[in-house]
Formats: sequence, C-alpha cells, structure tokens
Amino acid sequence: MNLAMVQRILGLMLLMFSLTLLVPIAVSFGFADDHHQPFLSAMAIVAGVGVLLWLPVRNVRRDLRLRDGFLIAAVFWTCLGFAGAVPLYLSDLPGLSFTDAVFEAVSGLTTSGATVIVGLDDLPKSILFYRQQLQWLGGMGIIVLAVALLPVLGIGGMSLYKAETPGPIKDQKLTPRITQTAKAMWAIYALLTAACAASFWLAGMDGFDAIGHAFSALSTGGFSTRDASLGHFDSVAIEIVATVFMFLGGVNFALHFYALRKREPGVYWQDTEFKAYFWIVASVVAFATVYLWLDGEYPTFGESLRHASLQVVSMQTSTGLLTTGFADWPGALPPLLMALTLICGCAGSTAGGMKVIRWLIVFRQGVCELKQLVHPSAELPVKIAGRPVPQRVLNAVAGFFAMYFIIFAALMFLLMIFGLDQVTAWSAIATSINNTGPGLGDVAWNFRDVPDSAKWVCLIAMLVGRLEIFTFVLLLTPAFWER
Amino acid sequence: MKIIILGAGQVGSTAAQQLAGEQANDVTVVDTRDEVLRDLQDRLDIRTVSGNAAHPSTLLAAGSKGADLLVALTSSDEVNMIACQIAWTLFRTPTKIARIRSGDYYGRPELFGENSIPVDLAISPEQLVTDYVERLIRYPGALQVLEFAEGRVLLVSMRALKGGKLVGHQLQALRSHIPNTEVRVAAIYRGGQSILPEGDTTIEEHDEVFFVAARDDMRLVMKEFSAEEAGVRSVVIAGAGNIGFRLAHALEGRLRVKLIERNPESSRRAAERLHNTLVLTGNAADEDLLLEENIDDADVFVAVTNAEEANILSAMLAKRLGARRVMALINKQSYADLMEGGQIDIAISPQTITIGALLEHVRRGDVVRVHSLRRGAAEAIEAIVHADERGSPIAGKRVDEITLAEGATIGAVVRGSEVIMPHHDTVIEAEDHVILFLTDRRHVGEVGRLFQAGTHE
Repeated sequence: MNLAMVQRILGLMLLMFSLTLLVPIAVSFGFADDHHQPFLSAMAIVAGVGVLLWLPVRNVRRDLRLRDGFLIAAVFWTCLGFAGAVPLYLSDLPGLSFTDAVFEAVSGLTTSGATVIVGLDDLPKSILFYRQQLQWLGGMGIIVLAVALLPVLGIGGMSLYKAETPGPIKDQKLTPRITQTAKAMWAIYALLTAACAASFWLAGMDGFDAIGHAFSALSTGGFSTRDASLGHFDSVAIEIVATVFMFLGGVNFALHFYALRKREPGVYWQDTEFKAYFWIVASVVAFATVYLWLDGEYPTFGESLRHASLQVVSMQTSTGLLTTGFADWPGALPPLLMALTLICGCAGSTAGGMKVIRWLIVFRQGVCELKQLVHPSAELPVKIAGRPVPQRVLNAVAGFFAMYFIIFAALMFLLMIFGLDQVTAWSAIATSINNTGPGLGDVAWNFRDVPDSAKWVCLIAMLVGRLEIFTFVLLLTPAFWER
Repeated sequence: MKIIILGAGQVGSTAAQQLAGEQANDVTVVDTRDEVLRDLQDRLDIRTVSGNAAHPSTLLAAGSKGADLLVALTSSDEVNMIACQIAWTLFRTPTKIARIRSGDYYGRPELFGENSIPVDLAISPEQLVTDYVERLIRYPGALQVLEFAEGRVLLVSMRALKGGKLVGHQLQALRSHIPNTEVRVAAIYRGGQSILPEGDTTIEEHDEVFFVAARDDMRLVMKEFSAEEAGVRSVVIAGAGNIGFRLAHALEGRLRVKLIERNPESSRRAAERLHNTLVLTGNAADEDLLLEENIDDADVFVAVTNAEEANILSAMLAKRLGARRVMALINKQSYADLMEGGQIDIAISPQTITIGALLEHVRRGDVVRVHSLRRGAAEAIEAIVHADERGSPIAGKRVDEITLAEGATIGAVVRGSEVIMPHHDTVIEAEDHVILFLTDRRHVGEVGRLFQAGTHE
C-alpha cells in the first residue's frame, strides 16, 4: 500500500474538484441571484483541505499499484460526497441539514437523482445548476476526468480507470494510452451533452433548463430543475428528446467512440450487448403501452405510448427523469419498472445497475447448464458475440451477482429495521444501489420523509452501487490490507 | 515428365504410385526417413533422395534442374512453401504444387502467385475431403459425387437397390421414365467387373452405377436407381480434427450437427469456434455415449479421426445402433475394400480425393479436372477440345466417328453455359469441355492425346 501516493492524488483531485465550483459561481453572477457566497466559502474549504493533503507529500513519486487504484476510488468518492455537500450545507436557501446535504450531493455525484428537496422551482439558479453539474461530473466518472487531465497519474492511471468504469470486462482500451482513452470518453460525453442541450432548446426549453436537463439525461442522473421533473414542460417534443438521449447515455461509450470514428452507425448493431439492451427496452415499452392502454390508465394508445416509453427508458437507464411517474400505475407495472433498473444500461455507459452484459452472461450460462443436463458430455462454452467468455469473467460475474444480492438484502433489512415498510424499503435500496432515483411507496418522488438513518443507508448503497460493489467490499476484506 | 515429390507420407506415396504407373513420368521422391524411402523404392519404379525437402542441396540432388513439376506434400506447410520458393528461385521449376493445410494460409489465395509465394496450386486435402463429404451428405444415397464444369455437371455413383424404378429394367427405359431429363450412364460395375452400358443392359440390384447428369436433374435421376432417401437432417461427426471441424463448420447452418472428440482440449477449442454444433467430449466408439446422444436418430454418421481403425469400429458400432448411413475415413486401400458396401456404407479415401486434384496439373493443360475412381482403377476427366490450323483429332467430328480407347465413354459435353448429353450424332466443337469416363486408367494417355491440337497422324 502506498498511502503517501494515495494521499497526494486525493489532494490533487480535491483541488481539481474545487475548481469546478467556479461554474456555479459564474452562474450566480450571470443570473444575479446573489447566491455566490456559499460556493466561494466551499471552494476555499475544499481547496484548503486539498492543499493540506497534498503539501506534505508533494514530492512523492511512485507508481500506483492495482490496490491503490481501488483505495483511491473508494476514498475519493466518499470524500467527494462530503466535499460536494459543503456548498449545499452552507447555503441557507434550501436549508438542508448535514445529512440532507450529503445525501443530495452523493445522490447527484452517483447519478442517482434521488432528492430530498421540495420546492425546486423557487431555488436560486446557482444551486439548481450546481446539482445538475454534480451529476454530470459523476456520470462519466470524475476519476476518469482526472486521468484525462492530470498526466501526473501516469501509467498507474489504468488501475484507477478500472476501479471506476462499470462493466465486467475492463481491459478494452480505446487508444493505446489511457490518458487518451479517458479524454476520448469525456469528449464524446461532452459532445452528446451539447447535442442534447441544443435539442432541448429547439424543443422549447429555455437555455438554463436545456443545459440542466441535458446534464441530467446524458449522465443518466435524474435531477431536474423543476419539482414536477419533465412533467413540468408537458411537451411531447421534449419528452422524445429526453427519451433518445437517456437511451444513448445507457449505451457503451466505446460504441459511440467507434461509431463516430468510423462514421458508421452499423457499429451499434454489431454489438451483442447493445442489441439485447435495445430489445429489452423495446419489448418492455410495448408491453407497458398495451398494459396501460387496455387498463384504461390513459385514454388513447398514443398517450399510453408516450408515457410508457419515457418512464420505461428512464428506469431502464437508471435516470429517473419522469413525467407522470409510474408508482401509481396498475398492477405489475411499478415493480416491473423497478426490476428493470436492476438490468439497466450497457457496460461502459453512464448508467448504473448490474449492466445488460452481466445478465446476458448469466442467462447464457443458465441455458448452457440446461443443455448440459440433457447432454452430460457436451462441451458448452458460454459465448457472447460468437466468442467464448473467459472462465475468469464468468466467475467474476457470478461473484458479482452473489455480492450484489447479499448487499442488496442486507441494506434492505436495515431499512426495515429503521421503520420503512417493505415496498418502500426494497424500492429505496433498488433505486439507490442502481443509481436510479425514483422508487415506490414513500420514495416515489423524493426522499424527504425518510428518517435520517435510512438516508445514510441509502447513500452508502449509492456509493457502493456506483463503484460496482467490489471496490467497496474489497476495502472490508483483510486480504486487501495485508502487505 | 520429370516429377519431384517431397514427402513420402500417405498422400505422397499414393501420388508416387499413381504417377509412376504412367510410362511417361520419371518420379523422384524426397523424404527424411530412409526406411520409408527404401520401402517405397522396393515397391515402385522411382528414384528416392533422403534429406530435408526445403534444402537447396536436397532439391538439387533430386534433380530439380530440368524438373517439370514439384509436388510438395510434407507434413509442414512452411516446408512446402519454402521448397516451392527455392525451386522457383534457384531452378525455375515451371509448375509447383504444395499441400497447404492451415486454413489461415489456405483462406488467402492472394498469398500464392508469381510475385508472392510461388505456388501454382495450393491443395488442402482436408478441405477437399470436407467438400467431398459435404456433397455426399447433400445427395443421400450417393456413394460418390464429383463435380465438373464448375459444379454444373455431376458424376454420381450409387448402388442400385430395390425400390429404384429402373432396377430390373433395361437402360433404355430411362427415356420413358424421365422423358425430359438427360442422363448418361457411364459405367456399371457388377461384382467388381465393369460392364459396358448399352441400351439393352438390364440394371440389377447391387450394381454400382456411374452416371452423369446436370446438377438440377440429379435428384430425379437418383430415384431411378434406389428408393428415394429422406433428406439428411442430423449428422454426427466423430473427430474434431481438421476435417471434422471444417465439416461441422460447413454443415452447422443447415443441419443438426453433433461433433464427438476424445481429447478435451480439442473439443473445447472446437466448441469455442463453432456456433450451432453440439460438441461432445468422449469416445466415439463408446456405446453409452452414442445411445445417450440418440445415434439411432442420426441420418449420417461420419468418422474422421486420425486413427482409421477407430473410424472403422465406431462407424460399425453406429450402424449397428441404428445410424442410417455411416461413413469412415480410411487410408489403407485394403481396409477400404474390405469394409465398403458391408457394414460401412462409404469408405472415404483422402488419398484418392487428393490425387484427383494433383492429376489435373500433371496432365497437360487441356485437362481441367480429374477424379480418381474406384481407388484409382478408373478415372473421370474433364478436358477441353483444342484445335489449331492443323485441326484437332476430334473437333468437328460426330461422336460416333471418334475412336475412343476401350472402356472409355463420353459422359457429357459442356458448351459455354449449356450442358449437352451427347448422342451418336452430336458434333464436338472446339473449346467444348468433354467429360470422359475411363474404366481402365491405363488408357489415359491415349485419350489425352485426342484433346491436343495438331496431333493428327
């Protein structure tokens, strides 16, 4: 373990984060909402802590080991949660308690989008913008951003990168150098965000809402600048834009990269995971539309399709931007949509959840097991896109499923101990660990009425989910700390 | 013709035997194993040279200067390619044939040519055998299916069995059975003896009949000789070696394919690269395994492992357990003669198949395709009729004016894209492709001369 090096990088990254506070300060002056003070103080505090961490070890130069990457990722995300909470806590307008401020910040950074604030419409623009920005930074991964911008991290950057990017197979580099890969990812992310903002603006939003919601859609976060979320605008055009870009946010960014570089949209359809992702979304949208229409929830088929597609895509991509919500939908639909968020987007996307590829691998493994029963001597490798999945990955995926559900269950029982009813408890954990946002029951729209203890459980679930379980669980194992 | 054969393995020695059997050829065989060479020299009228086939000194000793043809058949692709390269660079050997096994090389024809690796013909015995078996599966009931004229004309041999409409009737009844289809019966073997097919020849049960027809008419014609066999839906292949793997790969899209391989390593590799094939690890001669995998439902069982005895045994077992048709890859001619037609339906002889491809190049340029039949005793050839100002022995003549050697028949004529079944008054034109059937290949030289321009006596 290379604690001095970890400390140095942590200090540098906090310094970097403090710089991002300049943007809400600028927004504050731009809209003259007279709310720059909390951001200035927060910037000073975060930067101060960063410098204090960095100064004593500024001359340490050593290569990062694999273990350091996990440690940095876990510690940094935790610290970032607190650092991000500082401006919200200092600001008197939403008037958040310490717990609520941390919850809001972590929820933003992990792109969950569960909020404790009611009355968004009356908040200062700078605070609203800050919440959207937190999600955007967390979406592609602030460590990936650091890898892109801080060449100091050098070769060891790959271990950091691996600790933060989602998905079971992390060895694909888009370019030979990790810094370039990180830059490429962020460039595509920024490009798509810009396209999304422009589309929102053309669809009738004002500039501020357009950028805010673009941040939210691409990062698959789910914070809105309005209490009624997308429902506030009541515009089909806006909903279509949101649906399309949320869907894109749930696609592997490596695919966006190849599609752009080769200028050939066919790249998407060659990818097995994308195809599975597409068909899951398409079939659930179709099912929900027919269900809603036959049930008479909405008067027309078109109206059913409109609401079903936005809500389904929003849950599938773990975004949580809603119009009508789905908690009051009939019968099987609310739990179905919650379950959808467990599958979620593709590996290497900004979406949370367990990722389509893992489900695909587990499903195919199940099919192979069935075949093996009929043909005991058959050789049945699990294949994705015609290539055998290495045993190493199969084990990792199986281990991930086991860990995921154990932690899921443990945290859910904890919530019930803290007094939440069953539906609220399971949906709150599902929505937190998958970084989605909306749940069922008491947490259908926000987490305001949940006790503080439960909020801490949920925010831990968000962090654990964002770093895909293993990174955090690893820190709890003795083997990690052994020399 | 001076011919150098590199490698005295199965194919190498069979090639030597076939080529040395023709008076016009001087054959030299090169190998590293002295005892194999000694044995070969005892049996055949050839010269042998011992040494590394790719070394210039060995090639020189084998008489590369002035050689007309180099056939590289060693077990190593790389040695074969280098030998061709050296023969071309140092000795300017005009024709070079190399056996290329690896699909990685074989799948890239642009590798071979004057300016790259100077191989005039790359032969992949595994690919040839795979194609051969694939054709047999496509035409259930056939013992042999050979292609001519880019596959538009087929020569098929099959055993006449009860249920065939023509069995017990005279050949001329064909005309009334299938009036609009042209067929030529090229040869009939009864009890191992060839009978010249005439209009009044009666087809008996168990006759082996060779006939030529256009590909599209084939199924209709086959019904004449044996009750129609149901199409093949499921195939069991034993052995995931080069042939087994390629065969499974070629068939898996259309049929249900099971591939049995004993070596777990090979079966895993096969399973990873095949998509719709069920790969089983186990012994193909294991009765329990075959029963468990419903061998009695299999339409075809093909044993293509490296061990021919194992192929014979597993094929016999599969037949007894209820597989409809069984085939086995058998190298030894004596084994093949022993088994074929008995408990094993078809003995696949890789040498015979490969030799055909080789012979095409050994014969002069007018012969475009040669298939060895009945273990080399008979031959079917496709040759182009050439003519120059001095004319040609056959161009412009009617079929009944051409004197063919004994046992030779003209099976079909391909003119442009048209397939003609010749009658006695059909006139052969220059540039026609003529498909001939020779029941005795000793006459091959005589027949070949007919196609050369300007050889009028």
